[in-house]
Amino acid sequence: MKQELLQLKNLRTSFRIGDEYYAAVDDVSLTVNKNEVLAVVGESGCGKSALAFSVMGLHTRAKIEGNILFKDHDLAHASPGTMNRLRGKDLGMIFQDPLTALNPLMIIGDQIGEVIYLHNKTLSQANRKKKVLELLDKVGIPRPEHTYNQYPHELSGGMRQRVVIAIAIANDPELLIADEPTTALDATIQSQILDLITRLKKDMHAGIILITHDLGVVAEMADRVAVMYAGEIVEIADVMTLFGRPLHPYTRSLLNSVPNAEKDQDELHVIQGIVPSLKNLPREGCRFKDRIPWLDESAHEENPQMHEVTPGHFVRCTCYKHFHFPKERKEEKHHGIS
Amino acid sequence: MAFLEVKDLKVHFPIKGGIFGRTVDYVKAVDGVSFEIEKGKTYGLVGESGSGKTTTGRAIIGLNHITAGKIVFEGKDITDPRKTKQDFRKNVQMIFQDPYSSLNAKKRVLDIVAEPLRNFEKMSKAEERKRVQELLELVGLSPESIVKYPHQFSGGQRQRIGIARAIALKPQLIIADEPVSALDVSVQAQVLNFMREIQKELGLTYLFISHDLGVIRHMCDQIGIMYRGRFVEEGTTEDIFQSPQHIYTKRLVAAIPDIDPTKREVHMQFRQKVKEEYEQSYHDYFDNQGLAYSLQPVSSTHYVALPEKG
Amino acid sequence: MNGMWKFTVRRILIMIPQVVLLSILVFIMAKMMPGDALSGLMDPNLDPATLEELREKLGLNDPWYTQYIHWIGDLFHGDMGESFRYKMPVSELIGQRMVNTFWLSLVTLILIYLISVPLGIISGRYNDSLLDQAITGYTYIGFATPLFIFALVLLWIFGFQFGWFPTGGSVTPGSTPGTLDYISSKLYHLLLPAISMALIGTVGTVQYLRNEIIDTKQKDFILTARAKGASESRVYNRHVLRNSLLPIAAFFGYEITGLISGTVFVESIYTYPGMGQLFLESITTRDYSVATALTLLFGIAAILGTLISDIILSLVDPRIRIK
Repeated sequence: MKQELLQLKNLRTSFRIGDEYYAAVDDVSLTVNKNEVLAVVGESGCGKSALAFSVMGLHTRAKIEGNILFKDHDLAHASPGTMNRLRGKDLGMIFQDPLTALNPLMIIGDQIGEVIYLHNKTLSQANRKKKVLELLDKVGIPRPEHTYNQYPHELSGGMRQRVVIAIAIANDPELLIADEPTTALDATIQSQILDLITRLKKDMHAGIILITHDLGVVAEMADRVAVMYAGEIVEIADVMTLFGRPLHPYTRSLLNSVPNAEKDQDELHVIQGIVPSLKNLPREGCRFKDRIPWLDESAHEENPQMHEVTPGHFVRCTCYKHFHFPKERKEEKHHGIS
Repeated sequence: MAFLEVKDLKVHFPIKGGIFGRTVDYVKAVDGVSFEIEKGKTYGLVGESGSGKTTTGRAIIGLNHITAGKIVFEGKDITDPRKTKQDFRKNVQMIFQDPYSSLNAKKRVLDIVAEPLRNFEKMSKAEERKRVQELLELVGLSPESIVKYPHQFSGGQRQRIGIARAIALKPQLIIADEPVSALDVSVQAQVLNFMREIQKELGLTYLFISHDLGVIRHMCDQIGIMYRGRFVEEGTTEDIFQSPQHIYTKRLVAAIPDIDPTKREVHMQFRQKVKEEYEQSYHDYFDNQGLAYSLQPVSSTHYVALPEKG
Repeated sequence: MNGMWKFTVRRILIMIPQVVLLSILVFIMAKMMPGDALSGLMDPNLDPATLEELREKLGLNDPWYTQYIHWIGDLFHGDMGESFRYKMPVSELIGQRMVNTFWLSLVTLILIYLISVPLGIISGRYNDSLLDQAITGYTYIGFATPLFIFALVLLWIFGFQFGWFPTGGSVTPGSTPGTLDYISSKLYHLLLPAISMALIGTVGTVQYLRNEIIDTKQKDFILTARAKGASESRVYNRHVLRNSLLPIAAFFGYEITGLISGTVFVESIYTYPGMGQLFLESITTRDYSVATALTLLFGIAAILGTLISDIILSLVDPRIRIK
């Protein structure tokens, strides 16, 4: 039974460059349900982090249009007071870099205790400490009593990320946003953290937005996946469908450019051209058009819409119907050296 | 004879302590590492942060002081960087991890790429310019790029500039330290493909350092797995990925996220099983300091760090 | 805490060779100056042979290191020689002046922090606002204005034109030490010099604090604090300010170094009888024993200042404390 938890309606988050605003998240609509991990995947500059920060209200100098409906609030237009009541309580966030996400001059216990205190000021200090120790144990810190009094620099990256997670889940949030939670971590630590989030998800009943560029992480964690390119969602589907039957040219190209053990690729697929910068994002027509120039202009929609291909599987633009990988790689001529 | 031979390499960094700041101990960043690379092949050095893989690479090229051991390049001992001939330094180049900080932002691309040329070869301005343009064309950048500055390029293009600089002197060996870790997947694909192309074309040998097993598997012929300054396992790519022997290697391999979501449950259970095995059999694989034993052969290509029997 | 002690002991041990080196330098410079301890004291009509005899007796013909050891030995007994101008022991003379300089420096320091902390906070928190631009403007002016000119201008305006402040001395002559009148008169006399020194001396700290705050504001852990639901004021009080003020605390010791050069100018301009004024005067009147002693004292004060800074820094920053 799906229960909607968060709904983005035509969200547009714009940043000012010079005298003009440029949308980094451009007209994004999606829902996150309870008990669900929605992965938002894309390359740097696609707007996925800007989207996460918009939901959390952490942008200080951005223009936010549209609606972010969460419980009875519209986070896009909520007052600072409302946001402060929700953040840390109903909305938790896990940040990318555990090395910088913690205050270097505060002991771990106080950093976790702060988020508990902020949303429950009547709790006695002793009970608060008890709760912090429970949380440290819950996120798999071996000696909670000891770690309670430690400073961040005394902990390894993996341990720090556990502390960051403890802060995010301290008040049992209904929505958890994880912004590249394992990118800065070593492989074995990464899998431990992912397993931890999976385990926590089971007893939290929260909705999770997982922001990542790593398709492997998506395949391991997500229930549904939204693929972003140039500020827009280009494809959204449940995880089995997306990996089993990816449709949008960008999704397909992305999947083909990762080294894959199953396929013995001699060469990885390369997406032509470069990700356009915020200022130079194509704002009209299919935004991916320039990167698949071998497709005929007529393959694209003039004003690309999301099409529901099968229930719950949406793809932007009609170009997916005509897309094929270039048959033969153009032989690049090398000369000069040797 | 191997192309590059590293024999029992040790790089120890002193730890200062006490009231007078004497050396009280050493960090054994690299502690007895030996391997050989064959010409034209790619050797992968894998490990997590603190494993000593980067230090190993830097020691070979002379950026880290070598405490003990020997490095032999084409039969010549090049351990002491002060005694090595110039041609070694020409023949071995390095590609760095971060294309954003490894290029001097205040210099034009021409000056960046020409720097090794100016150090080692006497060329007229015109020759130099022509050569740099050729190099840029080779890495897929337009010759007009020479007057631009690094910030005018994307991450992948910047890494190509770094590569252009590295191959300017037609080196034989390139040490690539996490060359794609800072890049997006599609850009990563571009750089990896390109590195393979120029390998064929120029007959390059790579020492490829990375923490990303997926990339390592794609690129390498032979792999050495490092843990706390020592090798835990060494073998061909097939040895390592098809039949990992050391528990640490098993754990690393199990930690690679599987891109197929249908195998998610199986994979997670497998990971769990390996984790349990790791905890149970830890003492069979590591000595009482938590360090790896020395390598024992299990086949002609495959070596595993195990305690000596008997 | 063990590490903390080790650090402090080590830091103090490092100081010893610094002080020895300083004393040797000061001694050699003193020897290189024309004339010696006798030239000013003696009757110019004295027979050169007798003078030579006296020199021999006083050890002035010994090799420099023997003299140096004598000098150091005397210093340890509190004997810094005699001021030929004031005809009194240097130690006594400096002792009197030191009290004045101490109070002047203390008030200046208090003023410096009273000005810099609020200005730095406003400027850093509301950076690029009009207020910030005004404050930054002030700091630029402060950097560009030489202290001795600024002090002269203040003296002329508030001392001579308006007559709000005394124009010299450290206390109204005739008041009895220990009375309230005496104390308030002392304070009254040092206020204008202290203000002029503080207004100029504080600009570095204002800018430093401003930059620290702007820097800390952009740190990731501030985002974490916001994501916890902390209000803007809490984010500032608990996270930004704490983390930005600590380096300022550590700056304290270096502030002392700045004060030394400040007092030399300001005391001379306000004819405030402190060590700074004495120093300038001893140089112009070639009162060598005084100048030497003061140079040594100033040098030691500067070394102590950096020591204090390092210790404070290690106290407040856990990252240094542990190591």
